[in-house]
Amino acid sequence: MRYIDQFLFQFYPYLCLVVFFLGSWARFDRSQYTWRSQSSQFLRRKQLIWGSNLFHIGILLLFCGHFFGLLTPPEVYHRFGLSTEGKQLLAVAAGGIFAFVCFVGMTMLIHRRLMDPRIRRTSKPTDIFILLFIYAQLILGMVGIPVSIADPDGGNMLVMAEWARSILLFQGGSAELIAGVPWIYKVHIVAGMTLFLLVPFTRLVHIWSVPIWYLLRPGYQIVRQQINLAKKGA
Amino acid sequence: MSQFVDRLLFFKKYVDRFPHGFGVVTNESRAWEDSYRQRWQHDKIVRSTHGTNCTGSCSWKIYVKNGLVTWETQQTDYPRTRPDMPNHEPRGCSRGASYSWYIYSGNRLKYPLIRARLLRLWRAERAAKDPVAAWTAIVEDPEKSRHYKSIRGMGGFVRATWDEATEMIAAANVYTVKKYGPDRVVGFSPIPAMSMVSYAAGTRYLSLIGGTCMSFYDWYCDLPPSSPQTWGEQTDVPESADWYNAGFLILWGSNVPQTRTPDAHFYAEVRYKGAKSVVICPDYSEAAKFADLWLSPQAGTDAAVAMAMGHVILKEFHAERTVPYFEDYCRRYTDLPLLVRLEKRGKGYVPGRFLRASDFADGLGQANNPEWKTVAWDEASGEVVVPLGSIGFRWGESGKWNIEPREGGSGAETRLRLSAIGRSDAVAAVQFPYFGGHAREYFKSTDHAPVLTRNVPVSHIETAEGTVAVATVYDLLLAHYGIDRGLGGEAAKSYDDDLPYTPAWQERITGVKREHVIRTARAFASNAERTNGRSMVILGAGLNHWYHMDMNYRGIINMLMLCGCIGQSGGGWAHYVGQEKLRPQTGWLPLAFALDWNRPPRQMNSTSYFYAHTSQWKYETLGVHEILSPLADPAAWTGSIIDCNVRAERMGWLPSSPQLETNPLDVCKAAAAAGKEPAAYAVEALQTGTLRMSCEDPDNPKNFPRNLFIWRSNLLGASGKGHEYFLKHLLGAKNGVLGQDLGARGLPKPEEVAWRDIPPDGKLDLMVTIDFRMNTSGLFSDIVLPTATWYEKNDLNTTDMHPFIHPLTAAVDPVWESRSDWAIFRGIAEAFSKAAVGHLGVEKDLVLTPLLHDMPGEIAQPFGVRDWKKGECEPVPGKTMPTMTVVERDYPNTYRKFTALGPLLAKLGNGGKGISWKTEEEVEFLRHLNRPVEEEGVSKGMPRIHSDVHAIETVLTLAPETNGHVAVKAWQALGRNTGREHAHLALHREDEKIRFRDLVAQPRKIISSPTWSGIESEQVSYNAGWTNVHELIPWRTLTGRQQFYLDHPWMVAFGESFTLYKPPIDTKTIDGIMEEKDNGNPQVVLNFITPHQKWGIHSTYTDNLLMLTLSRGGPIIWISEVDAGKAGIEDNDWIEAYNRNGAFVARAVVSQRIQPGTTFMYHAQEKMTNVPGSEITRERGGIHNSATRATLKPTHMIGGYAQFSYGFNYYGTVGSNRDEFVIMRKMKEVDWLDRPLEEKRQYMEKAE
Repeated sequence: MRYIDQFLFQFYPYLCLVVFFLGSWARFDRSQYTWRSQSSQFLRRKQLIWGSNLFHIGILLLFCGHFFGLLTPPEVYHRFGLSTEGKQLLAVAAGGIFAFVCFVGMTMLIHRRLMDPRIRRTSKPTDIFILLFIYAQLILGMVGIPVSIADPDGGNMLVMAEWARSILLFQGGSAELIAGVPWIYKVHIVAGMTLFLLVPFTRLVHIWSVPIWYLLRPGYQIVRQQINLAKKGA
Repeated sequence: MSQFVDRLLFFKKYVDRFPHGFGVVTNESRAWEDSYRQRWQHDKIVRSTHGTNCTGSCSWKIYVKNGLVTWETQQTDYPRTRPDMPNHEPRGCSRGASYSWYIYSGNRLKYPLIRARLLRLWRAERAAKDPVAAWTAIVEDPEKSRHYKSIRGMGGFVRATWDEATEMIAAANVYTVKKYGPDRVVGFSPIPAMSMVSYAAGTRYLSLIGGTCMSFYDWYCDLPPSSPQTWGEQTDVPESADWYNAGFLILWGSNVPQTRTPDAHFYAEVRYKGAKSVVICPDYSEAAKFADLWLSPQAGTDAAVAMAMGHVILKEFHAERTVPYFEDYCRRYTDLPLLVRLEKRGKGYVPGRFLRASDFADGLGQANNPEWKTVAWDEASGEVVVPLGSIGFRWGESGKWNIEPREGGSGAETRLRLSAIGRSDAVAAVQFPYFGGHAREYFKSTDHAPVLTRNVPVSHIETAEGTVAVATVYDLLLAHYGIDRGLGGEAAKSYDDDLPYTPAWQERITGVKREHVIRTARAFASNAERTNGRSMVILGAGLNHWYHMDMNYRGIINMLMLCGCIGQSGGGWAHYVGQEKLRPQTGWLPLAFALDWNRPPRQMNSTSYFYAHTSQWKYETLGVHEILSPLADPAAWTGSIIDCNVRAERMGWLPSSPQLETNPLDVCKAAAAAGKEPAAYAVEALQTGTLRMSCEDPDNPKNFPRNLFIWRSNLLGASGKGHEYFLKHLLGAKNGVLGQDLGARGLPKPEEVAWRDIPPDGKLDLMVTIDFRMNTSGLFSDIVLPTATWYEKNDLNTTDMHPFIHPLTAAVDPVWESRSDWAIFRGIAEAFSKAAVGHLGVEKDLVLTPLLHDMPGEIAQPFGVRDWKKGECEPVPGKTMPTMTVVERDYPNTYRKFTALGPLLAKLGNGGKGISWKTEEEVEFLRHLNRPVEEEGVSKGMPRIHSDVHAIETVLTLAPETNGHVAVKAWQALGRNTGREHAHLALHREDEKIRFRDLVAQPRKIISSPTWSGIESEQVSYNAGWTNVHELIPWRTLTGRQQFYLDHPWMVAFGESFTLYKPPIDTKTIDGIMEEKDNGNPQVVLNFITPHQKWGIHSTYTDNLLMLTLSRGGPIIWISEVDAGKAGIEDNDWIEAYNRNGAFVARAVVSQRIQPGTTFMYHAQEKMTNVPGSEITRERGGIHNSATRATLKPTHMIGGYAQFSYGFNYYGTVGSNRDEFVIMRKMKEVDWLDRPLEEKRQYMEKAE
């Protein structure tokens, strides 16, 4: 049992992160044509507009919540007047709402992907797998909500945040920190790390590429530098 | 570098900015551009083309990359034209550019396929028996043969090996030859010009074993019978470059930009040059936008427009005023000055036959064929003279068959008199038939009497039979058109008179305003007057696919002849329907029909064949009397249309297949046993009735076609007029025939043909389709063989649209297990030779041939029509009945003969169209070029024809068009007939020998040859009739001239001796079925028209994904807004259309461009491409041909009479289809018939 804990909560996070970064890099470099979200909007708009938007809004907000919730040291939010209990309440309430939004969106997307013959036919196995995987992860998170409600003082939350920071700061002994949290959280964490692991192998690589720079583009006409000319001019 | 690391230099992305900040300069990686470079990189470019039924014949660059064909683009290296003309290139359209899709598509045939049930039976029998015995055991067991025939069209193919497939085919062929006769093995393949060697592969095999080769041009209804009727020429037309020489162009029923896309640029260019153009077609077609004036007559009434235009031309340019050019042209090049006998009828006369030299006591000094020499008046002396050039001069003497203005006896110059006015001794009333009064639903008729009486200047002449009344064709023609010449009687005083054939009269029938007709005719003729004949009419299927197509065409041809346009650069008759121009024809014929080994081959006209063998005749409701002239004697015309065909076969007019009810091998054996010559024996047996011709009993199993090869064609689909009848009677498959036959309906039955009440089904024992894709024909076949595509084989291609010959070449080897057609038939020949051993040896075969055009037999029957069977004459082969020839067939040596050039070319020479020349030199040359056969046997030492390239070299070496020496020899041979020197047309190219590799390097312009009536020159573009007009070579007609008047008794009987307007026939296919099949939705009745489309590769290939994506991706049918409104149909609705012939479904395209009352379903939409089930038949879809059925026209059966003599693909019955009507309505439910296999299995088991 100790060995598994050691593996999952001490080494596995690094494995996932390494694969996540290096894998994404490799794919970006080696296989540019696969670097895309593979949207099926072209094949059928039906259900996609609502499903996709709800899903993306939900999951992005959940991601932000987890990111800030886990990595912000307690001193920082205490400084802003947010108590641990308050944060716990905020996490449960906001997380619950976002999870619900995401859940509705995903349900629509899964229905569409499996039931629409056109979409089903053009889906690769990984497309269906990753959708179901995220769905399972989402449900795991939602199952954890009652457990959190039963723990209003946020003790588990503090432990898990501590663990996340210790992983990130290479502090060692992280597995021991988390040994006592309820199993539902543990499963959720492992699945969450696995999600990072899967990114380079699925359509999820599109999370890296958001064309936000387009909004800030500096010129309307883009001219490539003529290398020889540049040399001559120098 | 790394894509990622490049991105890390994010803040150095922009190295400079433009002023005002609107632009930036970057030095990002350009590596991504390589993917675009690679996209268009390739390893090689190979020249090929598309062997399809398209006159385009465009040379293409085929790109190959990593061993795969990737795409194609247009070749641009055609030899240049003259400086004052646009070049031919670029040639090729988007449809051609989509072809490479087929090679690797899911629809590609990859392996030999055999129907699983048949294969199982075969393997079981073959285990213990030799191949022929195994086949016998299957087909002679009714249960077993029903077992595999009944599920034709229902899938169930399995992959087989080539050895197994060819052995089965060979066994079936040997069995059929032995049991029923070689003529029961038949093959259908169209348009040799599109891939000559592929065509020749199959026909060479069939001709060696004595099988029947089927015609296509007539069956496709692309053959214009008006051409042989007028000119004795199958079809000859100007190349498209000659459009550029025209001053006035009429496009009539031809949609040049859509169906002649690569040539359309000449039309656009000549418009820029200043030519005027009128477009005549019912719909607002793509061509209409080129027009100065668009005329939209009701579909099917074009002949009325042409008659009215002829009326205007005759009145303004002939009767009221003499145009010297027109008058001279008509006098020298047409039959207008010739004399016609008038026969007394009531108070007046009717025009009879041409007066001949033989009518005079002394034969006017003509001892040779006086009955085939027509006469006229010499203008100066007033005497009757025999002008040179009539067909009597062609045979039996030499040096006088030309159209110099000379008299045939003394050779003195003569100027023929056109009109008798001024010398006639009387004005007499002459009667002409009129058909425009036939009341027909959906067409407008007029209330004129069925017989029109017109005054004509008549002269009386002393003949051997006494005094006869005669008139010139010119005077009769003007009277027929209703021109007022001050002779009294009924004639049109003005264009507004309601009298046939005035512009006002046509307005009632066609709906075209009279002033438009007058304006067009005037412009047409006055342009021809000022340019010496540079007025041209481009005409097409829109006119030629009607039952009375010859009336449409001859009306237009008359306009052209009256204005001196035929044979003049920039003028003439441009019929572009079907690709008939096989340029190196005389070089190809010996290869294709094995004339190097035995002659004659068996050739059959397909229309009559399929009419008989798919039992379409049993549903015929068009009575002969409905189309007979009101002046004919109805009592002489008993029986039905197939009776006319049977009489024609008996009299040697049309070919037969099968020919005799008894196996011709057995006939020869019986003759030998009786100690008689086979021909004499057969004649006697036919007379006594112990032997019968097969045509008299087509439903007798002895007369069934047994084995059918289809290659390069979609015979059941695109070409299957009467598709459902094919399925029902020829194949015994599930079908959608909705009507009942004559027997079931209690209607009168034919009298010459045995009626068998039980409709036989599954006549064919074996149907083999050879194709590169699965299509409607393949679906119903027993064996499907995968052939090479047009980018995987070597072959030749020519067209009438440009003067070049160019190749197909193999860009890649045939993919998967496919093989070229040449290799396939060579393999079958090899298997046949093996299987024949022990069953067939050296056999004698009695071959029947009709009286052929361009052969002495064309002057066999000068006067009257006599049937030996009725005792009207003696049966004399080659005279009153088919020619009979004994041909020796060495069956076990079929393969050796197939692969070597046989001895007959050196022995008998080569030739065509009535001339022949020696060709030993060319055979010797080929022996060196192709190398001699080294194996022992019958072919040892002969030139090899093993590969497709050997076959190509054989064609190119033997043909005058590609071998200058042969061209000179051919012209010299013609010169011996005409007495004139023609060799100058080829002398300047005498040393040119075009080889296959030359063509691969660049398309080559062919060499002028007497096979064709135009020339290749740097001065003029190719134009049909050019050598007739400029070299004074006679047209190959009775008179040697272009004929306005056709005097065969059958032409007279059907009222077509002069052309006139006949309304479309009533096919009666919608009678009594409309209520029966009602589904509750409103129904409309529409004229069903099937033109060529925009979204398939010409007339055949509509399953190409790229093209389907550009259109609506499945079967569509166009209807007008008016009719759509009546039937409550909206655009894209699924509709069903049906008549007694069958039903089909399609999506409606509702468009303003369609004329109300008509519907267009573009040709060749395949049964398996997105087609749901029919509500009526409960079968999948149906196709456009589900609603059609062929109907024969008796005048197309005439034979043994000069230009009215049979020639393969030259004359004969044609498969018209535009007179058809369908009932259309919106579908209630669209059932895609996508059900589990279990349900189908039930049916399949039941079918057993």
